[in-house]
Formats: sequence, structure tokens, C-alpha cells
Amino acid sequence: MSTTMSAGSTRSPRDEHHDPAPSDPAAPRGAAAPHPAAARSAGPRSAAPDPAEPDPAPSHPDLAGAVDQPLQVLAVDGTRRPEAQLDPCLRDVDEAQLAALFLDMSVIRALDDEAVALQRQGELGLWPPLRGQEAAQIGLARALPERDFFFTSYRENGVAWCRGVEPAEMLSVWRGTTLSGWDPFARRMATPQVIIGAQTHHAVGYAMAMAARGQEDIAIACFGDGAMSQGDVSEAMVFAASFRAPVLFFCQNNHYAISEPVALQSTVPLSHRPLGFGIPSLRVDGNDVLAVRAATRLAAERIRSGAGPMFLEAVTYRLGPHTTSDDPTRYRDETELERWRERDPILRLDRHLERLGAPVAQLRTEADERGREAADALRDAVAALPVPAPEALFEHVLTSEHPGLARQREQLTALEASLAPAGSAS
Amino acid sequence: MTTMTMAAALNAALADALAADEDVLLIGEDIGTLGGVFRITDGLQDRFGAERVIDAPLAESGIVGTSVGMAYAGRRPVCEIQFDGFVFPAFDQLVAQVARLHYRTGGRVRMPLVIRIPFGGGIGAVEHHSESPEAFFAHTPGLRVVTVADPQDACSTMRAAIACDDPVILLEPKRRYWGKGEVDTSLTADLDSARVLRRGRDATLVAYGPLVVTALEAAAAAEDDGIDLEVIDLRSLAPLDRDTVAASVRRTGRLVVAHEASGTVSLSSEVITCVIEDCFEHLEAAPERVTGYDVPYPPAALEDHHLPGIDRILDAVDRTLGRRSSREAA
Ligand SMILES: Cc1ncc(C[n+]2csc(CCOP(=O)(O)OP(=O)(O)O)c2C)c(N)n1
Ligand SMILES: [Mg+2]
Repeated sequence: MSTTMSAGSTRSPRDEHHDPAPSDPAAPRGAAAPHPAAARSAGPRSAAPDPAEPDPAPSHPDLAGAVDQPLQVLAVDGTRRPEAQLDPCLRDVDEAQLAALFLDMSVIRALDDEAVALQRQGELGLWPPLRGQEAAQIGLARALPERDFFFTSYRENGVAWCRGVEPAEMLSVWRGTTLSGWDPFARRMATPQVIIGAQTHHAVGYAMAMAARGQEDIAIACFGDGAMSQGDVSEAMVFAASFRAPVLFFCQNNHYAISEPVALQSTVPLSHRPLGFGIPSLRVDGNDVLAVRAATRLAAERIRSGAGPMFLEAVTYRLGPHTTSDDPTRYRDETELERWRERDPILRLDRHLERLGAPVAQLRTEADERGREAADALRDAVAALPVPAPEALFEHVLTSEHPGLARQREQLTALEASLAPAGSAS
Repeated sequence: MTTMTMAAALNAALADALAADEDVLLIGEDIGTLGGVFRITDGLQDRFGAERVIDAPLAESGIVGTSVGMAYAGRRPVCEIQFDGFVFPAFDQLVAQVARLHYRTGGRVRMPLVIRIPFGGGIGAVEHHSESPEAFFAHTPGLRVVTVADPQDACSTMRAAIACDDPVILLEPKRRYWGKGEVDTSLTADLDSARVLRRGRDATLVAYGPLVVTALEAAAAAEDDGIDLEVIDLRSLAPLDRDTVAASVRRTGRLVVAHEASGTVSLSSEVITCVIEDCFEHLEAAPERVTGYDVPYPPAALEDHHLPGIDRILDAVDRTLGRRSSREAA
């Protein structure tokens, strides 16, 4: 994987003619570059093992600490590192907040494990586990107010959890009882997208509409490393940059698109690409919930201030299979997996809490209990998900039913009736 | 002859083509190390190398568009689109480029591409994994659209498609990948012709792809009722072998067409129109069709109601024979 991260030689992404952002909370005072991406991290680096494979020194000094070396607040061993760009966004973090993040990540993991078990038992057709990406998703979603609107792919159940989506609603699509598990407006989260990258356009359009209305809401597009190769994602960045759309592009680089390593999608860090579109970008340790939370805040403040779109690459790792149908032993080895298990996001926060002297044992017990309760409730709720009647096939094709479809519906009803065993009540 | 699954038969045809012609190459998402999500290309990268069995970046337009460039340079790319619902990002390359280059250049530029697409439903999948997009392509002049139905047919048709100098959209019925049959891997299909799979007197039942097996099962069930069905597998959807269908209808006087795709502006629209044009006077009853309803592909819990099964096909057969069907019963 090391080729993935190596910076290689990159040209300066800065465009001389780029109109500098009016106010830029992320840029260090006096910095020539308008982008937070151009801000050098002032934080000293510890010798502790790095979470996401340290890169060789980047060839362009302006990019150091922003789009090459992932920003990190919590080292793998749980120690808190000073991080000049992110620290201002973490001043409010206290032990209670850390505990809440720990519980969020633990419960969503328990729910995710339960979904895998339910799939194995034939209760779901398929499931895409998020194991390993809890910090990226919880750190993101907990940093944003409820009014902001998410457009995600299929793996962001951690985001859905933060949006108050019922776990059974998350699973219903995978059980095949519906095409949309929840009301997008009620949860302020669109139905998860299966077509890779398509939702990034939607986020941009939504953001443009919010800006045109003078509202402060921002939109968030969540997608993967593989999605970066889709034309839609590049186009979305063009639109966002041209129209200064208040949109956050949030890329979870979990190192794989099914079997394909991220190196196939990009020979330089993914966070470099937005710069070419004129979108400032930050690379952040996606297994460090505090770093993700802080980077999201920083980005959201900047976007909300009218400075236009921003891009975050959360460097993380998918510890499970792509989906329950996948056999990852065909494309990755145990050594790699072992290395990333050591960087497990929940373990990291656990270690940090321990270092702080927080009552971790108690917290672990609480996380286990809540996880078990949530999983049990999920199992029951999934079994109780209603199976739609055959006639539901014909609902909502258009906003009103046309006669041709009504006829097809009647034909189906007649057929079902003719097949029903004689004597059975209609 | 060996017994093998359709998946293995396709794999064998691809391997033989790669071995026989240096210009043949495979390109698609996850087809190398993984061997494809359906394992159709299993082992081929190991055997032929990463230059000839190419794991593509995640971009379907890129897969097809890059293949166009390779074909300009004399290569014969076989593209894999992972699932039917993911062909649409490549739609522009297929419809506006691949389909027209030969015509545009007065025959100077050939596009011997094969676009393999696992298609159709019946596997309980989530959205965009059960589509039947054939009519979009069949509507586009300049593309050949072919389907396969059983292991032997899959192997011989794949061989013919790769050998063909036209661009071929090859639709593989994913729910039949694991069906087994005897295969002679040296046979090559005739891409232009439909196959009469079962001779019968009472009505002609036309199907293709995943519904060929269903049609044969329906014919076997009809036999118990004393109905003798002729079953035709269209195999090529564009161009269409209308002569084989018309010849059959001239004998039987009755026609039922079945497919998973929605009926409106579909292959059944086309087949029925051809029959009306070619042998209207031989029809003894209105042609019938059994298709997916005119709705987006539904959630898995409803797909059995949506997909034409034996009951719906036999109900249509009853109607065309003037027997009591569900519609009169209601
Ligand atoms: C347009 C399109 N092409 C192909 C697929 C099949 N597919 C589903 S997930 C996936 C990999 C996505 O990788 P990434 O964007 O990194 O997201 P991750 O699954 O790792 O979260 C692919 C190729 C798809 N869903 N949509
Ligand atoms: Mg990925």
C-alpha cells in the first residue's frame, strides 16, 4: 500500500488567478495561500507508530501536513498530540464528550456485527459492514448540526445512526422489503446511494439551492476511495468550485474498492485531487475520532462562512469484507489486516480514555450492555419489518397512477387470486 | 464434452480467446485479483498477466472509452460491467461512440468490443443489481445485442462475440450462472440466429436470457395439460432473427413473448410487431406478452411477483389458446 501514500512529485495546486477566500479560519495568519490545504501543520510529530503509513517528505512544502501526512490528534497509543490546525476546534472536548463518542462507536459496531450475523442467518440478502470506519463516520456526523443534509453511499450507517435512523430502517433495504429505509427529509439524510459517486452531484445541487435561498445549511457528500475515479465525482467538484457551493466532500479512503487497492484509483494521495479543481483539501487520520471531528468542524465553519466547498480525505481501513458476499482473503493478507487492527478506532479512544484516567472499565461495560440491547432490539425489529403487498409494486411510479399501470395492477391482482388455493378467503 | 456451470463455460471461452489471440484483452472492475464478483474471470489474470486481464479504476465510462482507443490500435477488448445497473455511466461511450464509429468512418474503423453485462433479477439483490437494460441497446443501431441461456450456449456465443468485428453487448443471465450442462468448448454459435429449443404445434413461446429455462419449464408443465408449445430462444436481440419466429408462428398460429424487462417499448413490442408485419394472416389469436411490469425494479421482497414465472406464462398461453385465464376468472 505504500505506493498509495507516497506523494511523488506534484505541481503546486495553487492557481495564481484563484480568487482568495474572503475569510479563512483555517489558514494561518499571514499565509500567502488562501487555502487551509496550504497551511503547514505546526504540530510536532511524535515517534509513535503512525496511523496511516507515514509518507516520504512531500515535494511541495505548502502541502505538508495538509494533504500528505494525515492530521492526527490521537496517536495509536492513545496519547493526545498537539495539532495546530485542529486544536482550536477541540477546546470543548471533555470527558463526557469522549465517553459519548466511545458509546456511539461501540453501539454502531455492535449493530453492524448484528447485521452481519442476521445476513449469515438468511435474514438479510446482503450487508456492507463498516467495521473499522466508526471514527470517520461518527467523528463526521457528530460534528455537524442537524440541519445539514447528508448524501451518502451505502456504508455510512454510522452517519445514519447519528441522524436518528432506526437500526431496522438501516437494514430494511438489505432485507429487500423497501428501496428506501427512511424518509430523507425527516432524517436529513438521503437514501444511501448504490451507484458509485452519483450522490456527490446531488449534494452540490442541494448546497447551491441552500445558498441561493440564503440559508446556512451545508450539504455533505460521503463517498469512498473507489468513487474518486467516477466521472460524476470530478464533475461534482467542478460544479461545487465554480459555484462556490456550500458542500463538504467527505471521502472515506478505506484502502479498497471491493478488491481494488486505492493505488489503482490514484497514484498520489486522494486529497491532492480536489486542489486541481480549486477545492481546499485536508487529509486526516480517519481512525482518530477527534481528528475527524475537528477537521469536520473546521471545514464546516469555513464552508458556512461562504468560502465555498471543501474536501476531507479520512484515511481509514475496512476491517471486514466489502459486503457479506465478499472474500477478502483473495486480495489482502493477514499482516496488513493485523496492522490495521492495531489502529482500530475504538481501541484508540479506549486507550486515550485510559490515559486520561477516565473510568474506562465502567464505560466498556456500558458500551457492551448498550450494544447488546441495541442488537437484540434490532433482531426483533428486523423480523417484524412489514413485507409489502404485491400491489405495492405499482405505487409511486409517477405522482399519480396512469390507466396503463392501473390495468397491470388489476391483472396482477387477478392472477394472484387465480393462484390462491381454492376456498381461501380473498 | 464436460459438465460445467455457465460461469465455468464463460471462463473457458474467455481463456481460449486470450490464448488464441494476443490482441484479446479483458478489462473491468475487480476482474483480476478477485476474478470478478461472479468469478467469471477467475484465474485469468494469473494465467495471462495484468496487461491482458486489467483491473480497471472504478469508472465504467472509462472502461468502455479506453477500450475504444484500444480497438483503434487493433486490440479486441472484452469489457466487464460488474452489474447491469452500472452500465449507465458508460452509456454515452456505447451509444454515441462505440455504436457509430464504423458508420461514421465509412467502415474504416472497426470496434470489435464485447461488453459483458450480468443482467436480470431473481437473486434477491439490492437496487441496481437486477436490471434488464437490453432495449436501450437494441434500440441503438450499430450495436449487436446478444443473450445467452445455458452453459453450452454461453460458451459458443462468447466465442462468436469475441470473433465478431462488430461491437457486441453480451448479456449474461446472472441467476443462471450456476446452472450446469454439458459443454463442448470448441463450438461457436451463429450470432445471427435464434434457436428453436423445442418443437411444438399449439403456440410459439419466445424468450431469451434468464427466461429460456423458465420457458422450457413452462412448456414441460403445459405438456401435462395436453398443450404442445414450441420454444424459441431469440439469443440475438439485435439484429433480430424474425424469420425463425415468423416461420414458427406460421405453423402454430399463436405467439407468447416473455422477458423480465418492462413491456413498454421492449423486445416483446418488437417481436410482436415483426410477427404482425410478417405473418399476420397466420395468427389465430392476438399475440400475448409476459413481462416485468412498467415499474422500476422492485425491492427483493416483491421480485417474484414482478418477474414472469411459469404461472404467468401459462396464463398467457391459456389466453392465446382461448382457454379460461386469470383475467376471465376475475
Ligand atoms: C457505477 C457503479 N459501478 C460499480 C459498482 C459496484 N461497486 C459497488 S461498491 C464498489 C466499490 C466502491 O468502493 P469505494 O468507493 O472505495 O467505497 P467502499 O465500498 O470502499 O466503501 C463497486 C465497484 C456500483 N455500485 N456502481
Ligand atoms: Mg473504499
